[in-house]
Amino acid sequence: MKLKPQKFADYATIAFPAGMLTVFFVIPFGIMIAVSFFQRVQGAFYEPAFVFENYARFLTGFFGGILGFSIGLAALVAVVSVVLAFPFTYILTRMSRQAQVVWLVFLLSVLSLSEVLIGFGWSTLLSRTAGITNLLVSLGIMDKPMSLSPGFGAVMTGMVYQTFPYTVLVLYPALSRLDPSLVEAARTLGSGPVRSFANVVVPALRNSIVSTLIMVFVFALGCYLLPQLLGKPSHWTLSVLITDQAIYQSNMPFAAAMAVFLVLVSLSLVAISLLYGKKEHAA
Amino acid sequence: MSGLVFDSIEKKFGDFTAVHETSLTIPNGKFVCLLGPSGCGKTTLLRMIAGLEDPTHGRILLEGNDVTRIPTHQRDFGMVFQNLALFPHLTVGENIAYPLRIRGGSKADCFKAVKRLLELVQLPDMADRPVAKLSGGQRQRVAIARALALEPKLFLLDEPLSALDAKLRESMQIELKQLQQKLGITTIVVTHDQREAMTMADLVVVMSQGKVHQVAPPVEIYRKPKDAFVADFIGMTNLITGRVNGADQIAVAGGVLLADDVPASGDVTISVRPENIRLAKDDGANSAGILTGTVSYIRDLGASIEFYLDVSGQQITAITTPSDRPDVTAGDRVSVSFPREACVVLGDA
Repeated sequence: MKLKPQKFADYATIAFPAGMLTVFFVIPFGIMIAVSFFQRVQGAFYEPAFVFENYARFLTGFFGGILGFSIGLAALVAVVSVVLAFPFTYILTRMSRQAQVVWLVFLLSVLSLSEVLIGFGWSTLLSRTAGITNLLVSLGIMDKPMSLSPGFGAVMTGMVYQTFPYTVLVLYPALSRLDPSLVEAARTLGSGPVRSFANVVVPALRNSIVSTLIMVFVFALGCYLLPQLLGKPSHWTLSVLITDQAIYQSNMPFAAAMAVFLVLVSLSLVAISLLYGKKEHAA
Repeated sequence: MSGLVFDSIEKKFGDFTAVHETSLTIPNGKFVCLLGPSGCGKTTLLRMIAGLEDPTHGRILLEGNDVTRIPTHQRDFGMVFQNLALFPHLTVGENIAYPLRIRGGSKADCFKAVKRLLELVQLPDMADRPVAKLSGGQRQRVAIARALALEPKLFLLDEPLSALDAKLRESMQIELKQLQQKLGITTIVVTHDQREAMTMADLVVVMSQGKVHQVAPPVEIYRKPKDAFVADFIGMTNLITGRVNGADQIAVAGGVLLADDVPASGDVTISVRPENIRLAKDDGANSAGILTGTVSYIRDLGASIEFYLDVSGQQITAITTPSDRPDVTAGDRVSVSFPREACVVLGDA
């Protein structure tokens, strides 16, 4: 049973975080929403107004292309991350306590790397002069070193590298709570290790997988440095476009409109993932 | 060699020995209970049969074939887990059909098998229910039906009834036993509940601290326990220590008791079940097999009456039925007779 706050003083404990949220999130977001309806002044900045022209620009083919690419890229990154991280996390939760701690500390340290470090690190690793292709050449697998960056593969690699530890940490609690006797039962019923993983572990955690996919998708949707560092202009995402509009084109109202749109997409996906998470608890 | 044979099986987890070297034969078609307190190695022994644990050394043979290294999923043994391990994402029918589907059974065959198995466990028309919607007893039956779907060579159950309330557990014990008799399948159940073992088993394997103490039918386990652990773990008993004093005589505090199978010499422990002890008002007569004592407390439970006695400094419990109740009260001097056939000389644990 939940205790309902009785007096005004009961709210005191959340006053500070609530205040911080208001000052640093609600107010700036409100300003951004307001700006998104403002009128841009050519050659100057912007002036207060109430026009929908910034949102109307979403309907252009250019914007639609970038939006489609951003969503597609984030979705692909989410799928690849979960496909890689799920079996990895499953094996991780079956390791000894000590090995788990070592791996989790390692993953957390990767998570602590900034996007800039990851971007420049991978652009070096994927370069022609100092990259991993040189290693492949010395092993006799390739004829001559080649540059793998910038390119779509490089963007994917960098982003998956960034989201992988995050994905593992989101999946970890669900997988470590999974009852090991489910897999043992599948084995006694005649299902080999790979098969029992595929038709017991994965479906039993279906909801966790869906909510993780959405979380990683939202995380990847906001990524804006890696596509610039590792990709060609055709690989730039909506976040890059927002930065470009806001800083280089001085078109604050349009940038704000796009940002509001992106936040709304992210929020609605987070809401869906929370709904999914709830259902699994109920089962 | 027929049946299931353990050939010098041992299991160690690091430095800890869960199951000490054990050799054991389980005949075909028997209902066997592995009985012992928690941590005695009974579950480990069962998991080794299922292939979920590898023995550190030794072999497991079924019908003369070495199955020790055969992977679990190729053994075709049905197993019911302590927490049942029903697949939460499947319905009752899908759970039961799972092993058949794995083997590529057709939809029609699976449907027929599910119907037959659900009737067997008395849950007809439940196939489309999600498992989350079932009661404890129903889940139990579904787990049993799923484990039997493959018509396994061995039926293994790990504390299958521990999650049920007492009344349901008793009726499930009888039902499980009847099911096993109907199918004639070799069944091995792990339990820590001696009543459960007495109810169901043809053969009880009493274990403690990784060692097998005694393998015998339940009544023999009760009447002729092999050592002090078995005597004390199965039911209530009085353990009396004494010294051999002739071919069938043992000198104990306050007198002499008669028993069979007495060793040539040395100190021995005797087990006497409380219900075999006879009480009478002390009439001063003294002979072998009869000691005198004082009643310290009487506990009347209605169906039976327990007498707590002090016999020459030793605490002895006697149980009688109301119709056999001797006319004594607390503080009375009584003569306590130990019938010869009730005194079981125990071996070393």
